[in-house]
Amino acid sequence: MPLEDDLSFPTSEEEMARRKILTLLGTGALTVAGLGTVITALRFLEPSVVYEEDPRVSVGKPEDIPPGTVLVLPKQKLYVFRSAAGFFALSSICTHLGCMTRYVPENAQIACPCHGSRFSLEGKVTAGPAPRPLRRLQLTIERGMLVADTSKEVPPGTLLAVT
Amino acid sequence: MRNLLRRITESAVYRSVFRHGFPDTNRNRSLAVFTNFFLHIHPVKVRRRAIEFPRTLYLGGLSAACFFILVVTGVLLMLYYRPAAPDAYHDMKDLQFAVAGGVFLRNLHRWSAHMMVALVLAHMAVTFFRGAYRPPRQFNWVVGVLLLVATVLLSYTGYLLPWDQLAYWAVTVGTNMAEAAPVIGAKLKLLLLGGHTINGAALLRFYVLHCVFLPLALILGLCIHVWRVRKDGGIYLPPPSNDRKP
Repeated sequence: MPLEDDLSFPTSEEEMARRKILTLLGTGALTVAGLGTVITALRFLEPSVVYEEDPRVSVGKPEDIPPGTVLVLPKQKLYVFRSAAGFFALSSICTHLGCMTRYVPENAQIACPCHGSRFSLEGKVTAGPAPRPLRRLQLTIERGMLVADTSKEVPPGTLLAVT
Repeated sequence: MRNLLRRITESAVYRSVFRHGFPDTNRNRSLAVFTNFFLHIHPVKVRRRAIEFPRTLYLGGLSAACFFILVVTGVLLMLYYRPAAPDAYHDMKDLQFAVAGGVFLRNLHRWSAHMMVALVLAHMAVTFFRGAYRPPRQFNWVVGVLLLVATVLLSYTGYLLPWDQLAYWAVTVGTNMAEAAPVIGAKLKLLLLGGHTINGAALLRFYVLHCVFLPLALILGLCIHVWRVRKDGGIYLPPPSNDRKP
């Protein structure tokens, strides 16, 4: 005699349909609960409040910065230049992998210590693995003060003329 | 003296712990391995040529030994280390200069970490060149690759914890590499750092990853890995005809 399972398999159509619906409901509920858990977990991991520096940096009064000046602001991670035509600001964060670049006045260039990228004082890549020029940041005059916004990038060549 | 020993070994307590006689017969030797929690990962009998040193160079076992040292020294270091800016750096310096034996523990942790990465890579190389990754062990090779990833991530997350210049810029570079991943890159960096720049939030996240999530993942993977070695037929042995020393 062949071995038989103690639980005889239900064969009635009605029973099978009932089980199918219950399985569907069960897996559906589990999927919804699982998705909810994943979404809640991801939302928990993403910070709602960050305690970081203000991206807007006051650089000083424009009349105190003579033409030809290069201002190096390591804490705010930016350079401010005043050429004859006007002001512009460059981020000092290397566009390769985010290291802090250094202004080298002897060679009139900006150098990154991590992987050897070099930039001109206009921010253009002259050597090394950096894929893009240094980010040019928005400069504005507010209440007589020169203000740089490190969160706002402006197209290359933008200058802030000050009369 | 002999009487005392007999009284101990015939006591109810001893016999509840060791359920077999002295391992002086083959049967009792087998039982000693079989019924011991720490030894049961080994088969009762192994072929001599399977445990020869040149076959595996014991690299897997040595990697696991490094992990054991890292857990012990790491837990001890946690007693003096606060994962906050700027305390973390001062605590690390205290461990080096003020805590008795601190510099020994810290360096042991550091060198074991370097050693573990090297040993895991070497273990992989031996497994590869011996051909031990082939069926039926292909799944265990995949588990091994995941263990390598866990090892490297542990190494990387531990890198930030001294909170010095090297740590800061290494993690700057590393998280920018994560950011370069397509589609999810920016979000991944935000979740890793808990912000946009590396600050206290990032240090805490790396600390929790380093001390809780990654070690647990590695222990789970290690259990599966060792279990699969047994289930896949023990240490790989080439057919005797191809073996230099049959």
